Amino acid sequence: MPDIARLRKIKTDCVKTLLGLHKMANAGHIGASLSCLDILVYLFFERMKPEDKFILSKGHGAVALYTVLAKSGRMPESELLSFYKDGTLLAAHPPCNRRIEGVSFGTGSLGHGLSLAAGMALSNRFSGKKFNVYCVLSEGDCNEGSTWEAALFAAHQKISNLIVIIDNNGLQGFGKSQDVLGLEPFAQKWRSFNFDVVEAADGNDFKSLGKSFDEAGKTGAGKPKCIIARTVKGSGVSFMENKMEWHYLPMSEDQYEKAVDESGATDA
Amino acid sequence: MRKEFSKSIEKLAASDPGIIFLTGDLGFMALENLQETMGDRFINAGVSEQNMVTLAAGLSSQGYKVLCYSIAPFAVFRPAEQIRLDVCLHDMDVKIVGNGGGYGYGIMGPTHHAIEDIAMLSSFQNMRCYIPFCNEDVDGIVNVMMKRKGPSYLRLGFGVKPENLDLPEYASVRKLRSGRKITVVGMGPVVLNVLKALEMCGAKISADLFVVSEMPLAGLPPILLESVKRTGKVLVVEEHVGRGGLGENLSLLLLKNSAGCKLAHSKAAGYPNDLYGSQAYHQKMSGLDPESICETIKELSDE
Repeated sequence: MPDIARLRKIKTDCVKTLLGLHKMANAGHIGASLSCLDILVYLFFERMKPEDKFILSKGHGAVALYTVLAKSGRMPESELLSFYKDGTLLAAHPPCNRRIEGVSFGTGSLGHGLSLAAGMALSNRFSGKKFNVYCVLSEGDCNEGSTWEAALFAAHQKISNLIVIIDNNGLQGFGKSQDVLGLEPFAQKWRSFNFDVVEAADGNDFKSLGKSFDEAGKTGAGKPKCIIARTVKGSGVSFMENKMEWHYLPMSEDQYEKAVDESGATDA
Repeated sequence: MRKEFSKSIEKLAASDPGIIFLTGDLGFMALENLQETMGDRFINAGVSEQNMVTLAAGLSSQGYKVLCYSIAPFAVFRPAEQIRLDVCLHDMDVKIVGNGGGYGYGIMGPTHHAIEDIAMLSSFQNMRCYIPFCNEDVDGIVNVMMKRKGPSYLRLGFGVKPENLDLPEYASVRKLRSGRKITVVGMGPVVLNVLKALEMCGAKISADLFVVSEMPLAGLPPILLESVKRTGKVLVVEEHVGRGGLGENLSLLLLKNSAGCKLAHSKAAGYPNDLYGSQAYHQKMSGLDPESICETIKELSDE
């Protein structure tokens, strides 16, 4: 069982940084970053070993990634100051130049992450190295045909050191996922593609995430794993939760203060 | 060329465990040797070109040199974004190999042709396109490509070197024939049509013939520049559309080098009558058959 109190404290710290970055840059994608932040905190501060790799297929959650990279010492915190500014490595989507440790590949166009992760994970077969590759997908990623090509391949090749986590918040670019391009029965789809599937009832809760990852670790060898994490877009900020517009909007001063207050409150 | 290609890769892979070969479910009667000798480093990725290319980038990020093989249009256009982002922007050591560049797949129809491949790929960051012009040219060019670390595209076709032609030592631009009246610059196996055309033209018309084997063309070798300045007449021949191909690339370089000249361009016309046929048929419809090239050379020489 993870040290929940410790993770919560880290998360609260990360939320403040994340909100601060979005405010400083007057940048959107806040809802998407908050949706997957708990997953990233759990992975980077609890689950991943130093040799493990990570791919954020939903590149629009970049601020969550930049925050955990900086907080976990994989990127100098000072780098964050350049976010969104001219001449930065940290654009709205992760850099495509391998200049930030922890960002093996830049993403931003959906549907690339799973193939990248599968390739990295497959390399162990030739090198004899041992590491896991964790890949966070959005529902938008699962609209892309290339994701399902990768799913077919990973299962066929029995790439069992590949762990997919789906940030399943029910919203995508211009509507509710179920209205745009229904993915349900989602878990069944991944199971039928021959993944070991675990559903995390609350993907914004470390206890629920911990339980799901433990369960996934116990499932049969020889299959890639998929954790479907039921999350909330804009999680932790009441007026952003489950609101599609927070995929796009920047915060006003008042909204920023309210968001910071609320994120601090969760720590109490 | 695909058999020559697979032989070359077999040799290289025998001594380099860092080479991984992916195919998009193609290679019958061509890649069996690789399947046999490369063991688990030969992977049939299925008919999933997007996954194949991005997967290759993922493998390459862990230190491998990865080839992705398919019929040219499927290797290039289906996974275009995957090549642009995951391979080229990240400068990965991934080699896209397209069989049947140009109208190579003839009567298979336009779905199987690749006449815009160089335009697109040569515009991508870090990408270098390699275009052998005859079967005998493949081994040398594959060795050059595999030695260079970074994104590459190999455009395979088919063509047998004439016995009376000595293959010069490999360079991105090579001179195949020497003459006085005009300068002909070609790319790919259609250069073999130029050789035939020059024979048809007879001894009265003599041409400098250059073959370009790497795109984009970064600069003009002095020997080519000297030829153009001397003849003042250039014919560019390519089994590729005019936009973004050798003709446009070369023209800009000539202008930059103040080498004003009369220029003709024999290129893939697409499907001008909306009808289909063999590679030779499509070449004829585009003025790329030996007879048409001979006519173009005569016209240009007489002007």
